[in-house]
Amino acid sequence: MQKQMSDFAVGESGRILKVQGEGKVRHRLFDMGLTPGAEVYLRKKAPMGDPLEFTLRGYELSLRKDEAQYVVCEMLEEGKK
Amino acid sequence: MKTFALAGNPNSGKTTLFNALTGATAYVGNWPGVTVEKREGKYKGKKNGVEAKIVDLPGIYSLSPYTPEEVISRNFILDEKPDLVIDVIDATNLERNLYLTTQLLEIDVPVIVALNMNDVLEKQGISIDVKELEKTLGVPVVLVSALKNEGIDELLSKADKVSNTAREGSSVLEKTEHAELVKKAVEVMKEAGIASPTFHAIKMLEKDEIEETNHPEEAKRIAGVLPEGVEFDAISADERYQYISSNCSIHRKGEKAERAKEKLTLSDKIDKVLTIRWAGIPIFLVILLIVFGLTFSEDLFFLGRMGVPFTPCFEGNPYFEGLFWTDAGINSPGVMLMGLWEGFSGWLGDLMNQGLEAAGAASWAIGFIDSVIIDGVFAVIGFLPQILVLYIFFSILEDSGYMARVAFIFDRIFRKVGLSGRAFIPMLMGYGCGVPAMINTRTLNTDKERVQTIRAIAFFPCGAKMALLSAIAGVLAENFGLNAVLISYSFYIVGLVIAILSVILMHWTTQREKVPPFIMELPAYHLPQFRALMIHIWDKVKHYLKKVSTIVVISAIFIWAFTHLTWGWAYVDPEETGYAGTVLHDLSSWISPLFTPMGFGNVQAGASAWAYSLSSITGIVAKEVVPETLEVISGGNLEAFVAASGITVGGFYAFVMFNLMTIPCFASIGTAKAELPKGTLKWTLLFWVGASYLLGIFTYITIDFTWTLAITLPVIIGVFVLAYFYNKKKTEKEEALKA
Repeated sequence: MQKQMSDFAVGESGRILKVQGEGKVRHRLFDMGLTPGAEVYLRKKAPMGDPLEFTLRGYELSLRKDEAQYVVCEMLEEGKK
Repeated sequence: MKTFALAGNPNSGKTTLFNALTGATAYVGNWPGVTVEKREGKYKGKKNGVEAKIVDLPGIYSLSPYTPEEVISRNFILDEKPDLVIDVIDATNLERNLYLTTQLLEIDVPVIVALNMNDVLEKQGISIDVKELEKTLGVPVVLVSALKNEGIDELLSKADKVSNTAREGSSVLEKTEHAELVKKAVEVMKEAGIASPTFHAIKMLEKDEIEETNHPEEAKRIAGVLPEGVEFDAISADERYQYISSNCSIHRKGEKAERAKEKLTLSDKIDKVLTIRWAGIPIFLVILLIVFGLTFSEDLFFLGRMGVPFTPCFEGNPYFEGLFWTDAGINSPGVMLMGLWEGFSGWLGDLMNQGLEAAGAASWAIGFIDSVIIDGVFAVIGFLPQILVLYIFFSILEDSGYMARVAFIFDRIFRKVGLSGRAFIPMLMGYGCGVPAMINTRTLNTDKERVQTIRAIAFFPCGAKMALLSAIAGVLAENFGLNAVLISYSFYIVGLVIAILSVILMHWTTQREKVPPFIMELPAYHLPQFRALMIHIWDKVKHYLKKVSTIVVISAIFIWAFTHLTWGWAYVDPEETGYAGTVLHDLSSWISPLFTPMGFGNVQAGASAWAYSLSSITGIVAKEVVPETLEVISGGNLEAFVAASGITVGGFYAFVMFNLMTIPCFASIGTAKAELPKGTLKWTLLFWVGASYLLGIFTYITIDFTWTLAITLPVIIGVFVLAYFYNKKKTEKEEALKA
């Protein structure tokens, strides 16, 4: 199943398929390690549901839904990694 | 002497390493983006005999800069050509840190990798195979712990050796299927005779903006090499990370699989509590309240008001009464320290006066020394304890990593007004001092966001404004029967509210733009380092005392002189004949009608109005000068002076409001000039003066003539509604144009 990172529920994880969007913001997402193949895990949401806090490549990254929607992931099921 | 540059990801410990290397005491914090300027120091190794100039650069995630402070780092490495780059890597976060390394290695400069925070890694039971990592990267790697001072001398001995041989840039991209493309691009750059051709060629392929503006000719040629539809920036980031995860990360040993999910570290547990979805904001407000309570409260935790009887408990212990406790409750550490200083300085002042009298000094000389030393210097130092206590708590919050979470929690609210949560950090820094806060706006993405944040910072009550607040606390309590602690709190909240409102207005009118994105690393929580904390505090004390010994002394002398001298240089003793006829009295009297709309001009304060006018003007030099001016003129008895002036509650409140919200100080004007985009400083100054003037009027008439709210409130709401529709109309027009 595919999902945008902005649609993750807390506790879900996925493997990045592609990063959409354009320009500087997209490049920044790449620089922060959001590249195809990377595993991301949604740790929590801020009050009011946005921004989101992800774990990837061993650190915590905070993103807004506006930016997270550019990242499309293949969902990973628990225990099936 | 050789120059070594410290480069690396934000929050990877560059500044801690810099301090360990140079013995400096630069500011260290636990959130990405503490260092926003380059800093220089000297390393002198006793054991290895190495000497070098060390340059600490702002943290960067990549050499494709995103914010102004990242440009500083890139330009330094490329243009100033250091003899060597020490790439500082947070060993607990290897992958993302090595991403920058793969870019640094493309530059023609010797590189050495410092694997920092090795101690933390060891605690987690993980080890990194340094020899293998060296082989993969092709440059030396040294394990260090900047915090514990381990491996520092070894790092520098190796660095010294490595810096002797030139290194040619090479890229991991040359080992991938895109090697041909890279090679072609490098050829173009080599032909043009550009230094570090590999680095520039790859950045050009990535369509880096800076690169394309610097070398437009080559940009065209390389664009010709690039096949249609190939997004090289996506490819290069992807290839770099792939290379790292398949060649470097394997050198990490002992890590248990899926640690992040199964085993909650202590940091995770704390985080879970502090950022619970529904409670994140209330928890922050409570923390702030506790911090202010510990700083200002004369009834700590409201124990007295809750009915705990203090007098019977501490009966017969006269030394502690007043200092540690009163009938009302226990004093907070801030108040206690202030009491201690007041006791000491009072005793010292008396001693001094007795000495002067015994020595037969003239009465004007005693008056002069009293004014400058006791009412000026001693009084201003008296604010230091509370400023320090507040500062200690803010440092702890910062060091622990909580501040970054505050940005995370508040992003949603900030976005509504047009800023990213990131902008909350410099604003909170404004509670300490506006100058570093304004410099910190370099971590923000767009010019407009920086302009709005810098302007809003002026509304936050900084340490110096606290001096004003604590000086007037007595007046509020004795003259007007108000609760000084609550009033002080209220100014902190009012500052925040006005900052936010002003940002909303700017966002809708002059500073319109799409809300900048919020992409931010959240650092792990850790216990604040005692040593680092002490360094911060010592720096703060030094800075404050320096200000006291220069600005405060000079302005005290100036104020004393021209409030005791007439235009014809004749000496006047105000105690006998009043201040009339003195230079400053006359000058300030002339301008005092300007302050009448705010309730502290010639109409309301009569003969004393000049003192309020004068202190409002001298306050532009530095905010500590406001209470100082008043103390000097009132001869140290502010309460009596205010009572005699006949000023109303509203007028006095407006006086405080105006001074808190207007141009903060000379230092902040200088900083704003340096940090703001060209041409915006005059508007910023006008904005500060205008906003504070209107706020002053509003405060005065609202308190003294509450019925005016019936007029002012609709006007204020009207302005916001107008701005809202103006923005909406414009946005619609722009979207129509785009379509």
